[in-house]
Amino acid sequence: MDFSYSEEEKQFRATVREFVQTHVPKETAHRVSHGLRMKKADIVNWQKILFEKGWGSVSWPKAFGGCEWTPTQQYIFEEECAEANAPIQLPFGLKMVAPVLMAYGNAAQQAKFLPRILQGDDWWCQGYSEPGSGSDLASLKTKAERQGDHYVVNGQKTWTTLAQHADWIFCLVRTSAEGRQQEGISFLLIDMKTPGITVRPIIMIDEEHEVNEVWFDNVKVPVENLVGEENKGWTYAKYLLGHERTNIAQVGRSKRELKRLIRLASAQPQNGKRLIDDSRFRDRIASLEMELNALEITNLRVISSNSKPGPEASLLKIKGSEIQQLLTELQMQTLGHYALPHVPQALDLEWQSDFDADTYPEYAPSLSGFYFNFRKTSIYGGSNEIQRNIITQMMLSL
Amino acid sequence: MNFDYNEDQIALQDSINRFLAKDYTFDKRVGYSKSELGYSEEAWHTFAEIGLLALPFPTDNDGLGGTAIETMLVMNALGKGLSLEPYLSTVILSGSIITQAGSPSQKGHLIPSIGAGELKIAFAHFEPHNRYENHITSTTAKKVGDIWKINGHKSVVLHAQNAHQIILSARTSGNTDDAAGISLFIVDAHAPGITMRNYTTQDGSRASEITFHDLEVSSDHLLGQLDQGHQFIEIALDAANAALCSEAVGVMSALFDLTLEYVKTRKQFGVPIGKFQALQHRLADMMMSVEQSRSMAILAALAQDQQDAQKRSRDTSAAKAYICKAARHVGQEAIQLHGGMGVTDELSTSHYFKRLTMIGLTFGDYDYHFSKVSDALLVA
Repeated sequence: MDFSYSEEEKQFRATVREFVQTHVPKETAHRVSHGLRMKKADIVNWQKILFEKGWGSVSWPKAFGGCEWTPTQQYIFEEECAEANAPIQLPFGLKMVAPVLMAYGNAAQQAKFLPRILQGDDWWCQGYSEPGSGSDLASLKTKAERQGDHYVVNGQKTWTTLAQHADWIFCLVRTSAEGRQQEGISFLLIDMKTPGITVRPIIMIDEEHEVNEVWFDNVKVPVENLVGEENKGWTYAKYLLGHERTNIAQVGRSKRELKRLIRLASAQPQNGKRLIDDSRFRDRIASLEMELNALEITNLRVISSNSKPGPEASLLKIKGSEIQQLLTELQMQTLGHYALPHVPQALDLEWQSDFDADTYPEYAPSLSGFYFNFRKTSIYGGSNEIQRNIITQMMLSL
Repeated sequence: MNFDYNEDQIALQDSINRFLAKDYTFDKRVGYSKSELGYSEEAWHTFAEIGLLALPFPTDNDGLGGTAIETMLVMNALGKGLSLEPYLSTVILSGSIITQAGSPSQKGHLIPSIGAGELKIAFAHFEPHNRYENHITSTTAKKVGDIWKINGHKSVVLHAQNAHQIILSARTSGNTDDAAGISLFIVDAHAPGITMRNYTTQDGSRASEITFHDLEVSSDHLLGQLDQGHQFIEIALDAANAALCSEAVGVMSALFDLTLEYVKTRKQFGVPIGKFQALQHRLADMMMSVEQSRSMAILAALAQDQQDAQKRSRDTSAAKAYICKAARHVGQEAIQLHGGMGVTDELSTSHYFKRLTMIGLTFGDYDYHFSKVSDALLVA
């Protein structure tokens, strides 16, 4: 047992830091650090920068152009990217559809899709949830009927994150009504430009456009876009869900946000002193800091063990989302009354503030919105209640 | 970075677990607890034989040079076995003070005796009325000629009744609440001038109120330099709290396993009660508390090798505070899910719960440690 980073890992961190600190575009870093509205270009450009460096995917096998770094190295990378205010790397292609294609896709599919994901050429979104199928995902109804060389898809997906930018969607569709509902699902790749697809925005609690409804009306999908075997899609979906675990806890991001919270609480005046001097508020930060200490080590324990991804990812999801939510709540609370103004235009980089910078600083406009927005973290990706079901079934055998 | 135990560590863990499973069953443990001694002398000898008592000490003093990781592993196992032996008092607390403060000759004769299982030492530091503040010392040592005269009252001294010697803190200069001016002495437990009021603790162990009335010792009994004792007390208490964290994790995981087993076998409404989702999610939460505590015990263990005293103390307190809270959660839920059986003396469940609860009140409770973590934010 060795709890400390090895010399190689420290050297590795220094190399990563040097690169990411100097290569995140300034405007992008400013948007991230101030919680401003991200543009599609922020995310695509960052992917291309990483690709140029050879770091397009830190987890993919080298055979597919990835770095094949160890989980600990991947964690270091995520932490350094967060610290450098880098935007996210879009997970839908890199971390969701790609591993499924590597494991179950055919050579033609791998050759067609993987390089474009790596280079940031294709924007993917995920077609899983439906209005009637949330936690009970396997009850999904979007139907794909085989007609010659095509499937004809009809139905509706929802909560489709950033589908407004997407080139492709990977979908779970029903190809059979026989047997258990899990056994009639297939995994289909659909070009978003196909006639019959309609994307409608869902405006969320923060009045922002992040997720969508995606409607399919007699959408023709070539059969070569079926991944693996027909009616085996549920297996691939489960594989996907358990696959991504190094960053499910979002420790790197939360460490950055904790530092930010401490800065905000130190900057906010209260009664001639600083907010952080108020022990009631400071205690809440301390309590959160302890939770994050524990999660950081648990995360390292999980990712440094050589066993396959398992139900411990559920623990990371639950604790990680709770911490992220609490961070947004406390950051909002630092503002006091100034949590109230809703100034959507302030989330654009170009905004010229007409507030007194001393009373309503430029970091303020995003904080309440983030609090509302982050209620999603305990709901998406399998709600925290579903995660507890997974723990009780898979780990506790109840 | 690697969180797996190496071969030697696994072998050590196996030998402790084997012993505890075979010769330290719950029934036997109850017997030891009710005996005059309050623990098992046989177990203590086995601890010496398998190297536990020499484990953390430098090899120069016949120690095994074990790290904080080995101590973590031992305390974890002792927690699972609900060990009553004075390991914390003798090896961790007194051992830390002697290693840090002792002269070469003191180390040379004390440490090998501890390692061989021949010498038990209690650590008498806390006093009435001051709860967990570790710098307040009103026990005095006054020099009269070549002799120190010690007077005062030490409270809830763990495992004092069977100790051969006692390490005590006394004020040799300054005011009661000064960190400077505290000195450490090691004295014979049966010396004239020492009175002990012994009692059993809630968790079946032993402790004592000790009064010193004109206890006379020479300067040879000083451990470390005059007036400079407080830093060593802090190091020892941090080490003890780190050890308690690991012990608590051992207790919690045993308690969790018992509870999981119980809900799978206990039937009501025709099914095992573990089939009810209202209970399942609570078990999932308990599991998470245990695993997060395991991580915090690692943080505390790591902190003991930390040169920066502030960081050591902050991380130790963060771990202890976290584990106090988690121990309360896991302990109370374990009792609740056992139903009426949980509040009987018959099952080990209640004994684990009592130990867990007392750990949360030993050398600093949640409030004490949490306020240290919170105040550390002002320094950062």
